[in-house]
Amino acid sequence: MSDRLIQKLNILADAAKYDVSCSSSGSDRKNTNKGVGNGHHSGICHTYTEDGRCVSLLKILLTNHCIFDCAYCVSRKSNDIERAAFTVDEVVELTMNFYRRNYIEGLFLSSGIFKNADFTMERLVRVVKKLRLEENYNGYIHLKSIPGASDELIKEAGLYADRMSINLEMPTESGLKLLAPEKSHKDVTKPLDFVQQQIVQFKEEKKLIKSVPKFVPAGQSTQMVIGATPETDKEIMHTAAAFYKNYALRRVYYSGYIPISNDTRMPILGTKPPLLRENRLYQTDWLMRFYGFNVHEILNDANPHLDIDIDPKLSWALRNLQHFPVDINTAPYRMILRIPGVGVTSAQKIVQSRKFGKLHIYQLKNIGIAYSRAKHFITCADTPFQLRDYQATQIKAFILAESQSKYLKTDTNQLILF
Amino acid sequence: MIYVFDGSLEGLLTAVFEWFERKPGEVTLQTKESYQPAIFIEILQITNNRAKADRVWQGLQKRLAKQWMRKLYCAYLSDQPEIYNSIFHFTRYIFQSEIGAEKNYGNEYVLAISKIARSVEREKHRMEAFIRFQLIADGIFYCGIDPDFNVLPLIVNHFKNRYADQQWIIYDLKRHYGLFYNLYTVEEIILDGNTSHLKQPKSEQLNDKEELYASLWKNYFKSTNIESRKNTKLHVQHVPKRYWKYLTEKQIS
Repeated sequence: MSDRLIQKLNILADAAKYDVSCSSSGSDRKNTNKGVGNGHHSGICHTYTEDGRCVSLLKILLTNHCIFDCAYCVSRKSNDIERAAFTVDEVVELTMNFYRRNYIEGLFLSSGIFKNADFTMERLVRVVKKLRLEENYNGYIHLKSIPGASDELIKEAGLYADRMSINLEMPTESGLKLLAPEKSHKDVTKPLDFVQQQIVQFKEEKKLIKSVPKFVPAGQSTQMVIGATPETDKEIMHTAAAFYKNYALRRVYYSGYIPISNDTRMPILGTKPPLLRENRLYQTDWLMRFYGFNVHEILNDANPHLDIDIDPKLSWALRNLQHFPVDINTAPYRMILRIPGVGVTSAQKIVQSRKFGKLHIYQLKNIGIAYSRAKHFITCADTPFQLRDYQATQIKAFILAESQSKYLKTDTNQLILF
Repeated sequence: MIYVFDGSLEGLLTAVFEWFERKPGEVTLQTKESYQPAIFIEILQITNNRAKADRVWQGLQKRLAKQWMRKLYCAYLSDQPEIYNSIFHFTRYIFQSEIGAEKNYGNEYVLAISKIARSVEREKHRMEAFIRFQLIADGIFYCGIDPDFNVLPLIVNHFKNRYADQQWIIYDLKRHYGLFYNLYTVEEIILDGNTSHLKQPKSEQLNDKEELYASLWKNYFKSTNIESRKNTKLHVQHVPKRYWKYLTEKQIS
């Protein structure tokens, strides 16, 4: 029995790994009934895979049987792979035993679609209900909404899950139609919208009545596959920005396409996943969420693609040199945030510390800004006087000359000795 | 001048009190262990005094927000003699400046305290993440650790709240004390016995199912990896090698 369980776990964990979301933050569910588990507001990564991704949840499919045939998915109907399915009890037992040993922060449960959407969703709900009600489990649960499932089932799931998500898969409708003719973006937006409305409604009710239960306290997220179809970075990020705005998403994930089939519509087997592009997209995402940038400032018709050799913040600064140099000792917080080489924490420290006296270079270095990068864009108490103005291309050359990009390094096949 | 104290928080706070009583000018604070006698430099042996220490602590509470009191406590738990000296000077600085002076990151002691507090909090977070319990035969979940800093006092509440319905022991092998949760309260315990068994209990001491779940977990760890995205540098950055000994998924079976 245990051999079969190990085999199932291998198959169904392997099939679930292309879902990149593994965050366990945003829920502060308490362990009230002296059961097991609670939410951790900033999440905990219990380990990291060898590809450097966080493992905080037991991420599995309930089954990899699927009635759909989406070209980008390993579990597609026409793919000749081993199939398996967990029983409800098996998932519950695995989750509880992993959780009790502090291996994981919770469960991420997704599924291939067997029979129909409602049948699948009903099984998922049964798992989370059993965990919450019979096992007194208060740890994190991330549950997939199955496109096409009925509102009642999705609402019931929301009462037990901490986060729900549903994947957009392709950034544009045309891309999706090309690879998965049976699907459309509407299948995704409808449940996202429904859950979002419920979240708002439950929150409103909770203000009046304290006993109203939690409903998807960690919000919703979605994921897009990057590089399978020929979208521009602009299209991708504008879609993401619209989703952040319309559905109050907590996260949009960008997953570089890893070739899994010989389908001629997509990159061929053996193509390297677009890791650098993925990284640049995440940087843009961060700029939008934490640095007060509007997506139009970074990506627009004049610049539909992100620079590969420099990050989007530096590239914005070089295009907009009229805003620089920024005076560290007087500029408002939002401008300090926009200086390349200054992060959110450093920006806050700068704004707090400058009340006690003008800041000098050595203090900025100690506070932790990347001074060699920032020095081209700032003035502070002891900035050396400089007669000439540099062009954007010159500054870029200076920075590239002394920076060490982890991506360009690997291209040269240089041995790393230490 | 050198103040010598015994390394306790009470002693450290007493030293601050003594300084304000005497105002002897520049002073460095050292522990008994790290102190080396030198001619021409005066020393003062600090005698712990609960009442004086309490007064300093309460005075700090009036001047610092809760999060800064925690930073100070974390800095103390780092167990590092030079940090004790920073805490001493930081405390003096706080009492001698206007309220709000802790926000001045241009000050070396403010920066030193906030940096070490961050390291301690990171170690605490890593322990919350990397502790792997093993179910031993008498129904207790056990784990032995040797963290860089003395973080047990910081992780008590996390584990107590989370694993409220199971008995557990977390044992600090370096500092020779541990925490035992008996389903109601957490007690400090000292276990004697072979250090290697405290590190890894013998297989006959473990519950029958322990091996199954360990191997399920190792299999899961392997299956969830995407080979074509391999990035060892990032992996090691997130899970530094000195923590691998804790991790079930990193053990060769």
